[in-house]
Amino acid sequence: MSAIDLSVSVGPLKLKNPILLASGTVGYGNEIAEFVDLNKLGGIVTKSLSLKPRKGNPPQRVVETPSGMLNAIGLANVGVEEFLKTKIPFLKKFDTAIICNIAASSIEEYVECTKLLTAETTISAFEINVSCPNVREGGLEFGNDKKAVAKITEEVKKVSTKPVFIKLSPNVSRISEFALAAKEAGADAVSAINTLVGAAFDIKTRKPKIKNITGGLSGPAIKPVALAKVLEIKRTVDIPIIGIGGIFSWQDAVEFMIAGASAFQLGTVNFVQPNISETMINDLILYCEKMNITSLKHLTGSFIL
Amino acid sequence: MFLENATVKTVTQIGTNIFLLTLRTDKIAKQAKPGQFVNIKVSNSNFPLLRRPFSICNVKDETISIMFTAIGGGTSVLQNKQSGDILDVMGPLGNGFSISGSYQKAIIVAGGIGAAPFPFLINQLEKEGKDIHCFSGGRTKNDCITYEMKNTATSTDDGSFGFKGNVVELLSSKIDEFEKNKIKIFGCGPNAMLKSLQNFCITHSIEAEISTESAMACGYGICQGCPIQSATDENKFYLVCKDGPVFDVKAIELT
Repeated sequence: MSAIDLSVSVGPLKLKNPILLASGTVGYGNEIAEFVDLNKLGGIVTKSLSLKPRKGNPPQRVVETPSGMLNAIGLANVGVEEFLKTKIPFLKKFDTAIICNIAASSIEEYVECTKLLTAETTISAFEINVSCPNVREGGLEFGNDKKAVAKITEEVKKVSTKPVFIKLSPNVSRISEFALAAKEAGADAVSAINTLVGAAFDIKTRKPKIKNITGGLSGPAIKPVALAKVLEIKRTVDIPIIGIGGIFSWQDAVEFMIAGASAFQLGTVNFVQPNISETMINDLILYCEKMNITSLKHLTGSFIL
Repeated sequence: MFLENATVKTVTQIGTNIFLLTLRTDKIAKQAKPGQFVNIKVSNSNFPLLRRPFSICNVKDETISIMFTAIGGGTSVLQNKQSGDILDVMGPLGNGFSISGSYQKAIIVAGGIGAAPFPFLINQLEKEGKDIHCFSGGRTKNDCITYEMKNTATSTDDGSFGFKGNVVELLSSKIDEFEKNKIKIFGCGPNAMLKSLQNFCITHSIEAEISTESAMACGYGICQGCPIQSATDENKFYLVCKDGPVFDVKAIELT
């Protein structure tokens, strides 16, 4: 047993460690469980759920770009009803936080989804996606509008019996203003950041490589942007932050905690190194030992400027 | 499905710009079925960042081989691998071909590098006692691959090697030599060729499976990056990586 305490809190949610798997990069947990013992992680965030199933965008949905990738999946998901019926029984088996990500096209739909899910004891918290860049309705329309973010937060909080995290868009000029709007509306934490809007063209056909024309950029390419956004929130707004954006190593994760994240999410890296979340645990312990840190949570916001 | 550090044994050039790489991978080799693929991290750096999917070309004991065209990016990195190099390989992935059935003759139809999964399939078909006939096509002689094929007829768009025309036209010209209810077609190649093969098989009511290709990130079902339209349910996409890459010819809509 290590003497290092890896446990952290994200607002009222206690996690055994700060390692979370990001929405949209682990489905509903069953595939990645072949590579990782989910019981060892802080938690997993489900693929975004909408009230009804969504087919998602036509191909091509993904393309690699320098040190990153663009995706426009279009929130393909099984819908709330099917999730409760067929995905929860699998997730129930694990002793880890199950954070349910919700993406909707209207405030009413966010509320309806939350109402249907909140009684499920397997779910530890909600992450509200107000920032998907790849769908016409909802998505960025909400993510770019402070009043909409505040309204969604307020309405979801009214019906939720669990902690509510708001996943913020980086495609705004001042992300801290959105974090503040979420906080004032009652959010328990913010997740930052979602993907950055990007594009890529085929120079022979002159067509976009992604059928949706634009996609969300993720991977190591966005890490410095994400760190700056986390830092901006940390220095301006008193709200717990879950850091996301291009974490590919334990060192990247430590940077996010230093910049202000209480916990962090691994996303694109799950496609490449599906077992990294588990191997990272030991690396974090070794780092703490080397740096004389007894409790990993002390790292959060420990930057020296 | 495993993650294995595989050791490169050989990298051999088998055609103009076509390479065969053999890897020692105990677990993957043991579990692999014809038509399945592996997803390979070709370098330890962020270039390329994502794994690259390759059909399993053949399996011999604890060794698997992959066939690829060096077209830049990941494939150029692979081309320069040396014996003894370690590659991070995920697999075997996807579903593979269905070999069993009452058909007597197996017809292999390959377009270009679509020949990649067939040496492994041909070995297994032979074990099942199937009679094998291969059709391989390419734009030119350099793109037409006949590696480890049997009873092979070839076609090229420019007529430089075998029949002048595409491989489906070649197949069409020979199909009367077969009893249609006693054959099964296995196809792999570029999308346009697969679409034409699909039309041919459906028109002639011939049992067939085709191996499809798509851009993908993870290869094991979590990124949802490789959808392919179901032919029977307009609200459904299959995933090439998990539900495929091999599909019954009637199950999918090719665009």
